[in-house]
Amino acid sequence: MPPAATARPLPPPPVRRLGRRLLGSGLLEALAAPHGVDRYLELIRPSWSLREARAVVIEVRRQTADSVTLTLRPNENWTGFCTGQFVRLTVEIEGVRQTRCYSPACSEHTPGRFEITVKAHPEGQVSGFLNRAAHPGMVVGLSAADGDFVLPAHRPGRVLLISGGSGITPVMSMLRTLCEEGHGGSVTFVHYAPTRDDVIYRSELSEIARCHPNVRVVHAYTREAGGTLSGHLCRDHLDAVAPDLAGAETYACGPPGLIESVRRIWAEDGIEELLHVESFLPPSPALASDRAEGSVSFAQSDERISNNGRSLLEQAEQAGLSPQFGCRMGICHTCTCRKTAGTVRNLVSGEVSSAEEEDIQICVSVPAGDVELDL
Amino acid sequence: MSTTTIPELTPDQLESFGEELDAIRERVVADLGQRDAAYIRKVIRAQRGLEVTGRALMLAGFFPPAWLGGVTALSLSKILDNMEIGHNVMHGQYDWMKDPDLTSKGFEWDTACPGDQWRHSHNYMHHTHTNIVGKDRDIGYGVLRMSEDQPWHPYYLGNPLYAALLASFFQYGVALHDLEIERVTTGQASLGEKRDMIRAIWRKVRQQTLKDYVLFPVLTGPSAPFTLAGNAAANLTRNVWAFTIIFCGHFPDGTQEFTEEETADETRGQWYHRQLLGSANLTGGKLFHVLSGNLSFQIEHHLFPDIPAHRYAEISVEVRQVCERYGIPYNSGPLHKQFGSVLRKIARLALPDGREGPTGGDPPTAPEPASVRSKALAAV
Repeated sequence: MPPAATARPLPPPPVRRLGRRLLGSGLLEALAAPHGVDRYLELIRPSWSLREARAVVIEVRRQTADSVTLTLRPNENWTGFCTGQFVRLTVEIEGVRQTRCYSPACSEHTPGRFEITVKAHPEGQVSGFLNRAAHPGMVVGLSAADGDFVLPAHRPGRVLLISGGSGITPVMSMLRTLCEEGHGGSVTFVHYAPTRDDVIYRSELSEIARCHPNVRVVHAYTREAGGTLSGHLCRDHLDAVAPDLAGAETYACGPPGLIESVRRIWAEDGIEELLHVESFLPPSPALASDRAEGSVSFAQSDERISNNGRSLLEQAEQAGLSPQFGCRMGICHTCTCRKTAGTVRNLVSGEVSSAEEEDIQICVSVPAGDVELDL
Repeated sequence: MSTTTIPELTPDQLESFGEELDAIRERVVADLGQRDAAYIRKVIRAQRGLEVTGRALMLAGFFPPAWLGGVTALSLSKILDNMEIGHNVMHGQYDWMKDPDLTSKGFEWDTACPGDQWRHSHNYMHHTHTNIVGKDRDIGYGVLRMSEDQPWHPYYLGNPLYAALLASFFQYGVALHDLEIERVTTGQASLGEKRDMIRAIWRKVRQQTLKDYVLFPVLTGPSAPFTLAGNAAANLTRNVWAFTIIFCGHFPDGTQEFTEEETADETRGQWYHRQLLGSANLTGGKLFHVLSGNLSFQIEHHLFPDIPAHRYAEISVEVRQVCERYGIPYNSGPLHKQFGSVLRKIARLALPDGREGPTGGDPPTAPEPASVRSKALAAV
């Protein structure tokens, strides 16, 4: 179980507390029926709410050409995060609400605000929007922090952090948290980026390395020389910078290729229990569409389409349904729905499951033959 | 007075007619976005603003201008809430926004009827079976005789009285609508199986009554009697207005009813055709359309019930052109004319058929028993 979240918003001043108690009273709820007090409060100020977590963007800065770093001030309903966790962030684009997962990159000991860095993906609707349009004063929706990619409450003595691209954010949060806590054990941070210019938090990383003798920062560039390492992660890299894998807890976050390499190496050494990973890019369907068979039925909407091998979420959307979804990469469970019959394969874990009546994440499940969903 | 004949369309014509309407629909759906989101938010902001203003003015309800202002603001708030916001949001017109507060399944409105019951009686029963006598319970709401196809009974002598009562207490009429009381009184359904629905209606009615007739009056202290009267006046205004607009949707002269037999195995084109023949529009200014929840474009609403209603005005130009091409009558007129013909129908149908009640002005032709798609009707 992750430790209790600590990066809570600042406690409200007494007047505000009284105001909240008054607004949250049964009387006000009865007067504001049927819409509820929040539906009036948000018209006065969009970040105001008695129940829903929202945040105001208070600072926008650019560290690299294709990323944006946002500092957010959550309202009092947000319950904070543990370092490594993610939040679901909701924005409205062209009138449509879109939700994506982002990991705070700041230390978990930063009351009253947190920071995320969003890399613009070529086809990413939300990441592109935030890079283009985020501005101070913008209000976004928040979920409670989630995810079990966290540092244990008793911080491990030796820590190895590995990240690739925008996967830097949760491990950056871990590094900042450990530094702020005055962690004495050795911390090695290996970060992979295409080129030097793509490294998010580069100057801060060197600053941390300068001030903390126990922290070593290693840059690996996959498309140019000049880093301590070059090319993609391999055993030679690890031998060079972190030879004693069995002596450290390792936290790795990055694209699927990086995560697969890490998993393989740790498995070869038989030390998987020391490895904690999070992958931030959607896995691609492993089944080509011409090999897909069977049909997908949507029980509630009385629709049936033939299986084209894509994720059940995509197939449901192609059938004209609009199921709820969030991250579309198997993280947030917003899309979870009941499978009433059939076999599905989870694209993240590779697990094949034929259990009747089970809840599955449709964004990362592909049908293996006939499948029926309660949608 | 002239009569025109609705041409009998061939199956091919009906199919291409349906395709043309589908094409309009697809184009609008593909274009939904920021403009529509901004529109509904603007209306919500106006409604909530009017509501707060109305409640606040009631604090000075002992002062007649404040009372009148309060009643006006609160009436407008309830009208906007029920018609341009509630009715349309619960049709799923804004579901594509994925805003949990604007989803058809989750929205609740400022009226006695629980949202989910209305979604069944209205979205499904009425919109699917529009104007099919025996299936569409909006024909007379189980209380009135609004079609010659409903056999006359001495009970219907009270038609005008029932209509006046329904108009005054419309929110409760709508609340009880899905209960199908008439099926209980005739023994087709038992009260026991309606228990959960009755509970839900009771909860909603209690919530609304507590707010409008207890809490807000008490909070205004010495103005309490004025506030109580003001809130009742606002509810009454909304009731009469909603009744007026809604009865102008399907009952003015020229709208047609259908039988279950002739509408069995309908194609999409035939469904569109029935929606068109069974609905009537109201002409008026922009504010009038907003306050009617754009139900003044009842025809467009019945063709495309889940397209944001503020789009109907622009869609109506094309729908009218399509109708002209196929020679399908497009029933539209100002409120006084359409509602006048509804009132005459209410009076006429109070009496047994063949004995028309007195009608003033330009008398409409009595619609013949509706049984075929092709029949004479008063030109509009």
